[in-house]
Amino acid sequence: MSERVLMKGNEAFSEAAIRGGCRYYFGYPITPQNEIPEYMSRELPKRGGSFIQAESEICAINMAYGAAAAGGRVFITSSSPGIALMQEGLSFLASAEVPTVVLTVSRCGPGIGGIQPGQADYFQATRGGGNGDYKIPVFAPSGIQEGADLVYEAMELSDKWRNPFFIFTDGILGQMMEPVALPEPHPDVKPEDIRSLKPWALTGYGEDDKKRNTIISLRMQPDVLERHVHKLFEKYEKAEKELVRVESHGLEDAEVVIVAYGIVARIAKEAIDILAEQGVQAGLLRPISLWPFPYGEFKKITDKTKVVISAELSMGQLIQDVKLGVDGRFPVKLINRTGGMILSSVEIAERTKKILEEVGG
Amino acid sequence: MTDMRFLGSLGRKTLVTGHYGSGKTEFSISLAMLRASMQDKKLAIIDLDIINPYFRSRERRKLLEESGVSVYGSAYDEEITAELPAIGAKLRKPLEDSTYQVVIDVGGNDSGALILNQFTKYFDDAETTLLAVVNKYRPDTSSPGGVLKHIASIEAATGLSVSAIVNNSHMLRETTADMVKEGRTLCLEVCCEIGAQLLCSCYPEGIVNPDELSGLSGYLMPLGLYMRPKWLDT
Repeated sequence: MSERVLMKGNEAFSEAAIRGGCRYYFGYPITPQNEIPEYMSRELPKRGGSFIQAESEICAINMAYGAAAAGGRVFITSSSPGIALMQEGLSFLASAEVPTVVLTVSRCGPGIGGIQPGQADYFQATRGGGNGDYKIPVFAPSGIQEGADLVYEAMELSDKWRNPFFIFTDGILGQMMEPVALPEPHPDVKPEDIRSLKPWALTGYGEDDKKRNTIISLRMQPDVLERHVHKLFEKYEKAEKELVRVESHGLEDAEVVIVAYGIVARIAKEAIDILAEQGVQAGLLRPISLWPFPYGEFKKITDKTKVVISAELSMGQLIQDVKLGVDGRFPVKLINRTGGMILSSVEIAERTKKILEEVGG
Repeated sequence: MTDMRFLGSLGRKTLVTGHYGSGKTEFSISLAMLRASMQDKKLAIIDLDIINPYFRSRERRKLLEESGVSVYGSAYDEEITAELPAIGAKLRKPLEDSTYQVVIDVGGNDSGALILNQFTKYFDDAETTLLAVVNKYRPDTSSPGGVLKHIASIEAATGLSVSAIVNNSHMLRETTADMVKEGRTLCLEVCCEIGAQLLCSCYPEGIVNPDELSGLSGYLMPLGLYMRPKWLDT
């Protein structure tokens, strides 16, 4: 780890990607993630990498497809409407099993919406807008250090799993500053090593090898495509066991459990302190992996709990997974803001108390 | 009571520049509020930050106005979240009216400072002080070379010269007295190099105890973390 420095989220995520081995970045400007392409355009050429400003997000994701298919480590970023444009490409990457790390600095919608933070892209990230049966692991950090660590780790995981990985941040995490210690740089990969590191990659004809690789997402024969989808789903099933990440506090004794991810989890932590001062015991369940979702963690909630709350900056998206996790054991209620409005800790605490009264707590 | 005589060395118009993340906005707000509390003159703060989409000083309009500081922001200053901040004509008022003391919060880096060019006629005089706020704990300004490069780019973009440096070396709520001291050493080296004065060293109020800085020569200025909500550090 490096010495701690003060960095903006967008800068720290960029530097973590480079240290994680990213040498190819393709981007198109959109607020509030613009510091990332700015940082990559300045730093990647110095570190033996390439930066290309794409004509659009659709171009960026397809450039990523090409560079990653050739064995490069690729990082791409955008914000909500830009990620929407990338959905077709994400489906192609997932189908073709091409690794790439994609980060969103989410803003509020729908449509062009606004530039303030939001979490209304939960479905976009976890359910995807691309076509077909595919899954993409999604990690949602709630701080800059965690975000930098997850970007760095995802560069490796994406290669290992041969799947795109998605990092879900929001405008606050992208724009705010925090002290951060960056991970040690990943050793440089020489182009001649790609053939052995990634035997599936498009490296052309070898001297002693007349067989060349192909990477496709088109399979015209139904039986071939069905076998391919089943093969993908064997991988996803394994991911559902191995990639679950979650943080939880005080679930055993909680009258009320607040489920929140990303920046809202931080606000919820302060709300839980406020509630404790007022004699209400609240627990926190913070999904770090949004897919695979930590449904199993909900089993730790005991009969002392009267209600489970989903706190989110959207009109009730996370709550769908919360309900699946709760599985009918407790009532599930929503505390939310949207449109770029941010929940305050006081608002969460007050609305939690009101909900407790309503459910007879 | 902290010795604030350094405020007397500032011109009627104080331009606050620096790397983004140096703490320009926090410094500008604290400076404007301090000056407002210590003198009879009318105080104005002009927010010229067209770089950052978030955390701009006009978001703290109410706090400033209650402290006797008039706020001049973009043409859409009620629209704090406008993606295309434009500069309105009315912000020229405190620049033209010599009964105002003005603090001008300029956007980060040379790209943020570029906007000063359209106001050159107001700043090309002895009434203007151009400050560079330095935070040693930002990666690009951690060495004298980095700070000098940064100052050179701001001067090249604006055609103005930095006359004083503000040591605002910090790590938000993790700031220590040693960080303030180390930042001061760095700033003094830069001051020698460019012939500028070190205006003051800042410390975050309630986080660093000023008694730990009592041995430090030069002026000290307490900064409130006005822009940062508490839950960011939970």
